[in-house]
Amino acid sequence: MYQYRRFNNKNGFFQKFGNLDYILLSCLLILGFISLATMYSTDGGEVLFHTKSHFIKFFVFFLMMIVISFINIKFWFSLGYLSYVVILGMLIWTINFGITASGSKRWIDLYFLNLQPSELMKIFIILCLAKYFHRMKSQHVNSFYSICFSLIIIFVPMSLVIIQPDLGTSLLIAISGIVVLWFAGLNHKYFFYSCLLSIISLPIIISFLKPYQKLRVLTFLNPDRDPLGAGYQIIQSKIAVGSGGFTGKGFLKGTQSYLEFLPEKHTDFIFTLFSEEFGFIGSVLLLLIYSIIIYRVIRIGALSRSYFAKLFCYSFGTSIFIYVVINMSMVLGLLPIVGSPLPIMSYGGSSMLATMIGFGIVMSAKTHSQQSIA
Amino acid sequence: MINISDSATKLNSLNRRMFILAAAKIIILGGIVSRLFFLQVKENKKYLTLSDKNRIREWKLPPIRGEFQDYFGNTIAGNFEAYQLHIIPEEVEDFRYVIYRVKELLELSEKQFKKIVKKKNEIKPWETLIVADNLSWEKFSKINNHLYDLNGVKPVISISRDYPYKENFTHVLGYVSQANENDLLTNENIKEKFVPGLKVGKTGLEKSFEQKLIGSNSVERYEVNAYGRRISQLAFQTGDKGETIRLTIDTKIQELTNELLKEKAGSICVMDIYTGAIIAMHSSPSFDPNSFVFGISQDEWQLIRNNPMKPLVNKSLSGNYSPGSTIKPIVALSALENEIINPDFTVQCKGHKNPLELYGQTYHCWKKEGHGFVNLREAMKQSCDTYFYEVARRLGVDRLSVTAKKFGLGQKVFKDVFDNEKSGLVPNTEWKKNALGRNWVLGETIITGIGQGFIQTTPIQLCLMTAQIANGGYKIYPKIVANDDNQYADKFMPLYKKSRNIKIVQDAMFSSTNEVRGTSYRSRLDDPKYRFAGKTGTSQVKKITERDRELDLKTFEIPYEERDHALYVAFGPYKSPRYALSIIIEHGGSGGTVAAPLAKELFKVIIDRHEIRKNYDNKKYLDI
Repeated sequence: MYQYRRFNNKNGFFQKFGNLDYILLSCLLILGFISLATMYSTDGGEVLFHTKSHFIKFFVFFLMMIVISFINIKFWFSLGYLSYVVILGMLIWTINFGITASGSKRWIDLYFLNLQPSELMKIFIILCLAKYFHRMKSQHVNSFYSICFSLIIIFVPMSLVIIQPDLGTSLLIAISGIVVLWFAGLNHKYFFYSCLLSIISLPIIISFLKPYQKLRVLTFLNPDRDPLGAGYQIIQSKIAVGSGGFTGKGFLKGTQSYLEFLPEKHTDFIFTLFSEEFGFIGSVLLLLIYSIIIYRVIRIGALSRSYFAKLFCYSFGTSIFIYVVINMSMVLGLLPIVGSPLPIMSYGGSSMLATMIGFGIVMSAKTHSQQSIA
Repeated sequence: MINISDSATKLNSLNRRMFILAAAKIIILGGIVSRLFFLQVKENKKYLTLSDKNRIREWKLPPIRGEFQDYFGNTIAGNFEAYQLHIIPEEVEDFRYVIYRVKELLELSEKQFKKIVKKKNEIKPWETLIVADNLSWEKFSKINNHLYDLNGVKPVISISRDYPYKENFTHVLGYVSQANENDLLTNENIKEKFVPGLKVGKTGLEKSFEQKLIGSNSVERYEVNAYGRRISQLAFQTGDKGETIRLTIDTKIQELTNELLKEKAGSICVMDIYTGAIIAMHSSPSFDPNSFVFGISQDEWQLIRNNPMKPLVNKSLSGNYSPGSTIKPIVALSALENEIINPDFTVQCKGHKNPLELYGQTYHCWKKEGHGFVNLREAMKQSCDTYFYEVARRLGVDRLSVTAKKFGLGQKVFKDVFDNEKSGLVPNTEWKKNALGRNWVLGETIITGIGQGFIQTTPIQLCLMTAQIANGGYKIYPKIVANDDNQYADKFMPLYKKSRNIKIVQDAMFSSTNEVRGTSYRSRLDDPKYRFAGKTGTSQVKKITERDRELDLKTFEIPYEERDHALYVAFGPYKSPRYALSIIIEHGGSGGTVAAPLAKELFKVIIDRHEIRKNYDNKKYLDI
């Protein structure tokens, strides 16, 4: 049996094709379709720039994901460190030559696409750390050297993103990294103590925040402080979601977004619009689709032979979960406003690219689940 | 082998941690779902309301004001279509060009133009800019002819107040003008219905009946976006026009009063002596209330305000005058009622050489030569002052004031209907003690007997007094609104002790007008159909000095402000009285020569129109 499988693993194109996780694929397609419909609604019921652009990006990157899934997982393993270094280079490039928009330098102009390397870093830091911990003996995981090294891996891109400035993305990068550390078996006490430390040092951190960031925290604590200024976004978002009700206002009938009360409706607040139009039922369904996707990702990890693939799938699945939770909590008024897109739903090429690369690697782990990595 | 067991430990740890995290994820997901449930299901109503509050905005339109009609249903205060010019700046491509073009077409002055530009800068680009609120038809059609060139300019027809009879009804109706801050503060109803440009009553019945007249707003409900731009109309709720109020006034007679008082300062009131219906009530000089509808110009306002004849004062209701001899019927009646005198009581009037003297003060009769021996009828006929000095002296001011108040002097005739009505003053000993802190002196009683001194009456009070004498001494409540069916318990209750006394006074008033030597004999109407009875009055504005008496100047030789007020009260037709009137000409001179002739003109018309009025009533009942 074992022998047979091993033999079978050296499979051809069609076998790989048969090995794709079709539930995951169809869920991603459904999600893509939902996101297109929502984008169509943000354009006011017409096929305009955002809808077209989002469609092209989804289509291209979805194909790219399938291509990636045919590449052996070993290849991605070998690419772990290199890709990390390349993206670090891109971050440094961004700081010097990036495109400035609304006060921060986040993008590199690639002519056909404005690339946001920080979004890519969210995925490739997982790849890099997964490779780092793949070879490590379990007793070395909690050694001083490995902890220091992995923290450096996290802190360098994080600080490069912070100075853009982009607090939201840098936090998400850090969270992705920490998730890998957790799965790698870092002692619980480190998490516990660092949590404690950060809570204690919270006031000091706040004092280092920029004024607009402080305002966001204050606004989160009390949105009615300045209902037309800093609190406007969160108040309008809650109104939109709340007014959706059980069944929603109906497709293309979300008054809050249609009448431009909702800010950032294409990107961070896309869920608000969806929730207004499709209500509690729709929102729960959307959450269900995300849950299935995450479940499939983790299942692929569980079925994978190699530790690297497992670590990557678990961390990637968990990261997606955290992105979704942070984005939703933000628009539902449970967390302060930090720029964090909803994977696949939100408009944005780099985020879509990174997410699709991630799913591609996961899919590759599926098609090569019997592949062991030395 | 070691390698394998180590990777097994690592895998174990990994799977264990995955399990822990999976549990955490489920809890967190539960949290998100419950938050969604809280917002979308539990708090749904609240957020739905907030969302509607965001997107729905209501625009109130000015309500259409109720009209005033005269007794015969003619509109005396109505609405007309005002031609206005609106611009929505946002819809204009080249605002500068358009506004200069409009300026050219309307021939706006530099000042008006600047005001419009300033207003434009104050409003949002999608709000309406009113360039002109009341254009003439010529200018309005001129604009319409050039519309091809004026992108975004909207000629609009809006409803506005119109007083077709101009100055005839000004003091009865008052006028409307833009609501100001004070109107909003004092009247909840106006505040509730306020829209920019709303016109509300400022004086007169327009103000008193504001609640009924104002109507209710039409409401346009629009869906708006975050910037307040209208996206679509959701609903249009038509408001109700204000109530139409029919007055008891006869426009023909009202116009006649205006004509009779032309160039004069004064007042005429005409009243139905049985129903108390006001047939006419005019104060002169008047002004055109239409000027106030769109805001009066400064020059015109100054002209009205500084006019020495005081056009802004409603003399019929708020003019306090000494009644002069017109009080004599009440003095006579009071004396008869209190049995101080009988009709045969006689006094000798000796003229200026031999005046009545009391405590060093002399009291002259108006007639230099004196009237000789006069009884009540003769004294009333010739308005002998000496006779009434003596009667007043015997009667005393307290008893006089009781009768005077009974007949409606010293209190507001219309109660709260007019906010500018004055109550006049009927003095007595107690009043003087309280108000002035001094004791009443006999001399004051004497002059009160001829309607001088403290006593003050308004023309409408004199009219009511005359009406109540004319109807045989029964209490009536004057009304100006036709359908005012207020029931008063003491309506038509007798005001006399002996009805014979009323007859005596009526007869004396008849003699004054219709018999030789009567003070208003020259103004009589001989036709029994029109014959009326009345009493003249000439009230002094200042005390007559010895020197004045010697000079004995003609009226036109005295400065205007020092001339006497001319008064006349009358009722008719004498055979079966129906109408009473009071006339006051400020600084007109003697009542007999100035005021009484007006009554002659009036009674002809009043009595002729009585048939028409009666028929109108009957026809109305038949219709029902």
